[in-house]
Amino acid sequence: MNGEQPQQLVDHLFRHESGKMIAVLTRIFGIHNLQLVEDVVQETFVKALQVWKFNAVPGNPQAWLMRVAKNASIDLIRRQQKLNFVSDEVAAQLQADTTQTIEQFFLDTEIADSQLRLIFTCCHPALPPEDQVALTLKTVSGFGVAEIARALVSNEAAIQKRLYRARVYIKNRQIQFEIPAGKALYTRLQSVHTVLYLLFNEGYNSMKADELIRYDVCAEAMRLCRLLTTHAVAGVPASFALLSLMCLQASRFDSRINEDNEIILLQQQDRQKWNHELIQLGYQYLRKSSSGNRLSIYHIESAIAAEHCMAPAFEQTNWERLLQLYDMLLAQKPLPVVQLNRAVILAQLNRLPQAIDSILDIYGIHDLLKHHYMYSAVLGDLYSKGNNIPEARRHLQHAYELTSSLAEKKLLQHKLSQLPA
Amino acid sequence: MKDFMFIFRGPSYEELQLSPEEVQANMQEWYNWVNQLSAKQVYVGGEPLLPGGKVLQGSKTVVTDGPFAEGKELVGGYFIVKAESLEAATEMAKGFPDFDRNGSVEVREIMKME
Repeated sequence: MNGEQPQQLVDHLFRHESGKMIAVLTRIFGIHNLQLVEDVVQETFVKALQVWKFNAVPGNPQAWLMRVAKNASIDLIRRQQKLNFVSDEVAAQLQADTTQTIEQFFLDTEIADSQLRLIFTCCHPALPPEDQVALTLKTVSGFGVAEIARALVSNEAAIQKRLYRARVYIKNRQIQFEIPAGKALYTRLQSVHTVLYLLFNEGYNSMKADELIRYDVCAEAMRLCRLLTTHAVAGVPASFALLSLMCLQASRFDSRINEDNEIILLQQQDRQKWNHELIQLGYQYLRKSSSGNRLSIYHIESAIAAEHCMAPAFEQTNWERLLQLYDMLLAQKPLPVVQLNRAVILAQLNRLPQAIDSILDIYGIHDLLKHHYMYSAVLGDLYSKGNNIPEARRHLQHAYELTSSLAEKKLLQHKLSQLPA
Repeated sequence: MKDFMFIFRGPSYEELQLSPEEVQANMQEWYNWVNQLSAKQVYVGGEPLLPGGKVLQGSKTVVTDGPFAEGKELVGGYFIVKAESLEAATEMAKGFPDFDRNGSVEVREIMKME
């Protein structure tokens, strides 16, 4: 003990170090050896746990972990080289070279590079989105299978299957562990952005997962996005815009739900409770994103989020400006959910009939209403505003039956009870 | 005050397949425990044991490789603590963090040669 007080470890230190070690070791051993790499990293943690729990943490735990992982790598390589076939002199030379070669992968800049390679690999566009998300959480973020299952509201067997499928795919297709260059970089980065945004939304929107893990997932998506922005190759304007969007959304994380796990709508949220530090960060990243000649969807979505943050009160929201932004977004991302959100803005501008029509005009609205409660919920709201009570009741009731989230059900029930008889 | 030894048994961490977050949480629990005992100035020291090893036994001294016991019976390490009595030491051992990870503690008084 040396009279020292045991220290506290930084939150999630092991998770983050896990991602780093896996990245570096994958670069050394190749992506086809991902399983081996994960085993070596697991052994490193076990060793740390065994030694540290009886004594104090070393002064620099990160360096300790990296050193153990590095030594394990060197050992593994030496065991593969059949050194007994050469003279002692040659063997000594080879061993020295191994150490030197491996050492350079553990330099800070190289670690950052390896992490980026790992992100590109896990977010490879050939993988299905649900596999990309699971693999990213496992290898880049150091989540355990049970934790991923909780975060994605799935079960461990299903997650194991996804991870297995993704690993086999990467191995068989000989997907390269690299940072794409030239034209490929742009499209591959888009795919990384999509996965990180998906990850963030998974944490931000899932009402079914427990609060703690949802928060972790959002924080993780933000950490990875920040990693992109700090890298020379990946720090493009769209990366900054995405990070800005995440900061601005996350600023409302705690204001959306009350102690009784009930949803608080934007209109009723206490804007003082929004995280103003995150909002400022969001603005800052948004400013940094305004360069280059490509306007990404994240630029527009972040501008939308910023518009909400800037309004001192719900009633003072600049709806005209929001409508412009939604029109821009719709041009780039012509999706039903964007049209739905745009309709809500139209209603705020007192263009109610147009708002309702624009929802009913959505391509495939019949099926959407059948399967996704949001469409019925919004339509119900709009009819209620327009005093079409029977239609309002019909849609809100339908939304109530469709959603599996208790919090949403509560909210819809409240709305139904507010309708005049 | 007398000296007591806590002998920790349980499955190896490899077997438990903990995630990095769980490893960190477990380590934090151990710190807190050591911290508590140190604050009361009853913690003398402790050491972990590496898994694996050798067993020698019999009149012909047969040497076998570890592991020597069922997973949950493996000795993972020990503490030496100071306590007034076996009862007081036992009370102290209740802070062991690995009970719900199939771990157990054996509390023994260290015999003093006088």
